[in-house]
Amino acid sequence: MERIPVLRMGPLLLITIQIDMHDKLALQLQDDVTQRISEWGSTGVLIDISSLEIVDSFIGRMLANIAAMSRVLGADTVVVGMQPAVAITLVELGMSLPGVRTALSVEAGMELLYGASSLTQSGIADERSEA
Amino acid sequence: MNELAEIVSQNEKQISTEWLRDMEKSTQRADLIGKTELEEQCRRLLNAVVSGIKTSGSADISLPGWNQARDLLVEISGARARLGFSSSEVATFVLSLKQPLFSAIRRSGKGTQDQLFDMVWMSTELLDRLALLTTDAFIAAREELITRQQQELLELSTPVVKLWDDILALPIIGTLDSARTQVVMESLLQTVVATNSKFAIIDITGVPTVDTLVAQHLLKTITAARLMGAECIISGVRPQIAQTIVHLGINLEDVITKANLADAFSLALHRSGRKIVREASTQVNPISKLFGKRED
Amino acid sequence: MNVLKRELLPLKSSNDVVIARQRVRQSSIGLRFSLVDQTKLVTAASELARNVLDHGNGGEMTVEELANGSRTGIRLTFEDWGPGIANIEQALTDGFTTGSGMGLGLGGSKRLVNEFSIESEVGKGTKVTVARWR
Repeated sequence: MERIPVLRMGPLLLITIQIDMHDKLALQLQDDVTQRISEWGSTGVLIDISSLEIVDSFIGRMLANIAAMSRVLGADTVVVGMQPAVAITLVELGMSLPGVRTALSVEAGMELLYGASSLTQSGIADERSEA
Repeated sequence: MNELAEIVSQNEKQISTEWLRDMEKSTQRADLIGKTELEEQCRRLLNAVVSGIKTSGSADISLPGWNQARDLLVEISGARARLGFSSSEVATFVLSLKQPLFSAIRRSGKGTQDQLFDMVWMSTELLDRLALLTTDAFIAAREELITRQQQELLELSTPVVKLWDDILALPIIGTLDSARTQVVMESLLQTVVATNSKFAIIDITGVPTVDTLVAQHLLKTITAARLMGAECIISGVRPQIAQTIVHLGINLEDVITKANLADAFSLALHRSGRKIVREASTQVNPISKLFGKRED
Repeated sequence: MNVLKRELLPLKSSNDVVIARQRVRQSSIGLRFSLVDQTKLVTAASELARNVLDHGNGGEMTVEELANGSRTGIRLTFEDWGPGIANIEQALTDGFTTGSGMGLGLGGSKRLVNEFSIESEVGKGTKVTVARWR
């Protein structure tokens, strides 16, 4: 069965959705991401949707679910590259994905994720130095 | 019916001379249309009318035989609408053909009084229909013109300007309705992507009132920008607008608002890790610097 | 109003939903819809097609390309022979759901189109017709 690849980049997971997904594929992706986070101990998930031409409520819900599940597993999620037409439509549809962080480009998304993880790392370091 | 066509084609020269003379007296707009062009239009219309009568044998201009005349009239009135003719001037173009045509019928002296009367009635009916068609075509052309201008105005009225790397501003002037919001929203979001800008300042200093609908439109734009990974700041909220927003119970809690564009800009700079610093030398009044030597 | 083109597509599997989306996209590109209008219509089609599949046990979609004077448009009809909707007004409310969705399907897609009508009879099926004009 076809699958959307989940790439590992250091502490991050990188997912680029480039095809018009049918619903089963979207559910499969949700499973894969949670599986990989716990397997590799990833601290961040970056989902690039810049080539997606539509995001309907199902895919929107999948993105929100991945973000929520990753959070439970200790990883931050950033969705990057949503097209203007897609964003306008999603808002009109009534979905604002409140729990999902976003960025304009893969680069900006990485910055966001690295920024978040370096903060937690420095937090740990501070605690250690105090001890 | 065919007799009418015959009279027209036989007296074509005279009819068109009289027609042009009549128009000159009443509504020939020499400032908008040249004489040769007008003559050419008269000639073509007369020909089309003759062929219309001949092929259809009726004054019912919806018949296919009248296609040529109809197309020609639509073309002429469309062109006149764009040139700035008034609707009565356009209708008169056709109606002023009546008198020359009636004179031609009278001069022909063919048939009995009844037959003459029938012919006059038929040509009246025909010209009235053609005049109505002209007016319809004129209005349609005008409407098209207005729609196009509205669209152009919409696009003109939403300039997205780049203030700094990463920072855009969109000054909105005038009332925000649904159609305009869509254009505003699209051009803002497209520029956000094109320039990869993280911050967008929407300045509403020039928006006269903010009602529930306008606020909703603004919120939608802000949410869409957030979905793309950009942040919006609303600036230029005037005191009375702040009051209306609170009175209407509009929830702008998740939106960053600032009283003026400068504050919004400095917030955006701050958020993107920048700071404006006054250089030490600029603290000196530039004028006294210029004339520094003389003062010494 | 003239129908320039009509096509019937089955909605039996989640892959058919993808095909339906692509077919609507193709039509809206053909009629030179703006990108935002294309996206809105395709998204609405996706929602409604999924409804047919999830709640109506499958059905079909009809795509019609329309011309009305100088305006062009697309009409989509979604029909299923499933259980039907008892309370249409409730079904159109945001957040109302019988399944596991977010309940944005019907109400949301109504906001994405210019014309929206729904007929449903309990035990017989549901027919949703939407249109968007350029």
